[in-house]
Amino acid sequence: MPVEKEFRPKIVAFCCNWCSYAGADLAGSSRLGYPADVKIIRVPCSCRVNPMFILRAFEKGADGVILCGCHPGDCHYSTGNYYARRRMTLLFSLLDYLGVEEGRTRVEWVSAAEGVKFSTVMNEFVDKIRSLGENVRLGDLRCKN
Amino acid sequence: MSKHDAEMIREISGVNPLKCMKCGKCSATCPAYDEMDIKPHQFVSYVLRGDIEALADSKSLWKCLSCFACIERCPRNVEPAKLIDAARQAVIRQRGNEADLSPDEIPALLDEKTPQQLLVSAFRRYRR
Amino acid sequence: MQRIGVFVCHCGSNIAATVDVKRVVETVKKEQGVVHAEDYPYMCSEAGQALIAAAIKEKNLGGIVVCSCSPRMHEATFRKAAERAGLNPYMVEIANIREHCSWIHKDMEEATEKAVILARAAIAKVHLNSHLQPGESLVTKRALVIGGGIAGIQTALDIAEAGYEVDIVEKTPSIGGRMSQLDKTFPTLDCSACILTPKMVDAAAHEKINLYTYSEVESVSGFVGNFSVDIRKKARFVDMNKCTGCGLCQEKCPSKKAKSEFNRGLNTRSAIYTPFAQAIPNVPVIDTESCVKMKTGKCGLCEKVCQAGAIDYSQKDEIITEKYGAIVVATGFDTINLDQYGEYAYNESPDVITSLELERVMNAAGPTKGHLERLSDGKAPKEIVFIQCVGSRCDDHRGKPYCSKICCMYTAKHAMLIRDKYPDVNVTVFYIDVRTPGKNFDEFYRRAVEEYGVNYIKGQVGKVVPQPDGSLLVQGSDLLDGKQIKMRADMVVLATAIEPEAGVRKIATMLTASIDTNNFLTEAHPKLRPVESPTAGVFLSGVCQGPKDIPETVSQAGAAAVKVIGLLAKDKLLTNPCTAESDTLLCNGCSVCQNVCPYGAIGYEDKEVNDHGIRETRRVAVVNSALCQGCGACTVACPSGAMDLKGFSNRQILAEVDAICR
Repeated sequence: MPVEKEFRPKIVAFCCNWCSYAGADLAGSSRLGYPADVKIIRVPCSCRVNPMFILRAFEKGADGVILCGCHPGDCHYSTGNYYARRRMTLLFSLLDYLGVEEGRTRVEWVSAAEGVKFSTVMNEFVDKIRSLGENVRLGDLRCKN
Repeated sequence: MSKHDAEMIREISGVNPLKCMKCGKCSATCPAYDEMDIKPHQFVSYVLRGDIEALADSKSLWKCLSCFACIERCPRNVEPAKLIDAARQAVIRQRGNEADLSPDEIPALLDEKTPQQLLVSAFRRYRR
Repeated sequence: MQRIGVFVCHCGSNIAATVDVKRVVETVKKEQGVVHAEDYPYMCSEAGQALIAAAIKEKNLGGIVVCSCSPRMHEATFRKAAERAGLNPYMVEIANIREHCSWIHKDMEEATEKAVILARAAIAKVHLNSHLQPGESLVTKRALVIGGGIAGIQTALDIAEAGYEVDIVEKTPSIGGRMSQLDKTFPTLDCSACILTPKMVDAAAHEKINLYTYSEVESVSGFVGNFSVDIRKKARFVDMNKCTGCGLCQEKCPSKKAKSEFNRGLNTRSAIYTPFAQAIPNVPVIDTESCVKMKTGKCGLCEKVCQAGAIDYSQKDEIITEKYGAIVVATGFDTINLDQYGEYAYNESPDVITSLELERVMNAAGPTKGHLERLSDGKAPKEIVFIQCVGSRCDDHRGKPYCSKICCMYTAKHAMLIRDKYPDVNVTVFYIDVRTPGKNFDEFYRRAVEEYGVNYIKGQVGKVVPQPDGSLLVQGSDLLDGKQIKMRADMVVLATAIEPEAGVRKIATMLTASIDTNNFLTEAHPKLRPVESPTAGVFLSGVCQGPKDIPETVSQAGAAAVKVIGLLAKDKLLTNPCTAESDTLLCNGCSVCQNVCPYGAIGYEDKEVNDHGIRETRRVAVVNSALCQGCGACTVACPSGAMDLKGFSNRQILAEVDAICR
């Protein structure tokens, strides 16, 4: 029997430039580790994240997608994170309906001062995705190697 | 008792002794302080050193009232009373279950104002 | 397809110790479009930048990717380097392989693999970058300082001295802040009022400084260089222009039961009042809560006695709208509420007081006229106990996790002053650590111990119990002697933790300035940009940013002023070119984008379009790039996909997603 390779999930994290990306930087400069499976994409604001980006990530084989923004009320652009929250609530429940479990998607508020929180959230999220295993839904077969 | 027990005490108590900043608030608060040979603020260092034997042999273990004043007031959530409680448990587990206080005796001791925690700790204290 | 160069930085060993940079270089060379890749120990150094410039020219690069630290650190550096080499600065992308990779991973294999993926994402993005040109916006040459304490006063004075107009908004009736409440200051023991009052007078007299006291910031809009602020000038019921400050109204006012805020509620004041004798402006306000005239309509004594005819019961709050180029937050602090700390009996005994209350008790203008006496019976205390770290360094729900920084020093000051003036009084200080990092600070503390005989005990106090005879029983521990101490005291002084002033969160929200869980405003960089908020045009001065003493506050106030001056000295600011843009061919003029835009940057125009040969006039969205801040809310809201964000376009982000999931 072939030895099963350790499951290394692909996780895309969208982080807003003003709070969460800075929070991730702080996690880095404070040497607060989290698994290398998480790859961060910088966006100006959580409201820049089009549901299309998340669908595309799953289509291309991502196992989890997390969106991080400023705390409610603290958005650099005043209201962006409220839009993000509404859009993602809708999208995530739709994805759940399509078989992409709710655990694979997450919205989290991380401020520029919360390096510890960023690291904790990422560790938790990776653990969750590892327990869910590989994402088999939505994946475009042509993207599989 | 050994390092292993120190680990067990940490696990039972759920307390991280490293958080202690040696402010002495626990000893300052403790009503049973005078009766104790190892003082509440010293418990932490005993656990950190892994010197559980001394802790297990100490009078303090059985003098702690479990009033939890130290837990209430500890500014760092170190909660010394939980360490003591855990040490007591460790000692009792090692001795086996020859209980000196049996459940049948409890109803007579009860009154409405007695906190349940006191009963639990009484079991541990009067089982030697 | 761009010709792309990739530059991988070692950052000394910061990156190279965990990421195999050579392998990153070799791997990315195989990426599509990459015609050049190299590594260098310090890419941000002058030599490193020269390397980039040379490669851009030699290899005729159309875009570059720098794999280095966070773009928040050096994106601007590399963009400038590219620009100097003739490349549009927006053709630069950063792959963050330090903060997001080498610093958080330990396994070299894993970290290198991740670094390659991050580099790939940046390469995929830079392929789609376009040559952007920043716009320009004008700078309003006027600054706003929120808070009129020593921090705000100093910042305003420094800005005004450079020749710019400054407005100070202060919510209480007078400027002066916490410092005006202090009796003496450490480590020199000079009188606080003696050094503060001249500064207050300077600020009031300065032709470039305008004071809005008894006023609050109501709302803020706009952006760096062009803020528009609504200020609520609360009704004073006294005409500022007529009042001569004679004080007769305060003397005659029959309602004298209101607690004096200035004296921390230790005594009372009249309903019409100035907070303290040296108040600036020296114009009283009427407190509507306690004024008899306001409550019952009968009285009007102040109006009768005022010879200047300055009393005006019909005054209303006024909203003033003003434009500013920069805003400084200097909102200061307060002491925490002690309701949760029952063990210190603060709410039970008037003889248990906070250190700030002791300042008032020791002050000649305070409730006891400067005599040290028990507030319960007016007797002179013989035994005083100070307790350190009350609510500071508490990781629980009751207190604050941080060190309040000033308490060790002011307690030494109090202890010393008491022993100096009343040598027969015994002073005991219970401490966890004595922290005295500052010029002449430790010497000061040692003087308290060695010259003044203050008794310092290492250990905390567990409880303070009021005794039937009126004294207080203090039960504490002496950790060095291994004893529990039970002692009698006549007075107990609590070195209460400080916290940012209550209204600061609201102000931070209005300014979209970031704030931490303890309500301290966050600085743009903890070491290198300590007086700037991450929000452009917003600066921080004083304790609103973190606990600090007076000298530190004054230095920071000056630093904030310099940053403001640097901003106001510019006539024009370059604006971020990463703004939204609408595709007229796709736009159907539905107005959804206009509704989500927080800046009102989107308008509509009738434009002639050529849609597959059909010429027609359509109502389409047009983005005002001077107003657009580039959040991207509209891009997602747009149902027809017409709206896109320059620099973070749909295609660019999708390319990154693809590269990461590949």
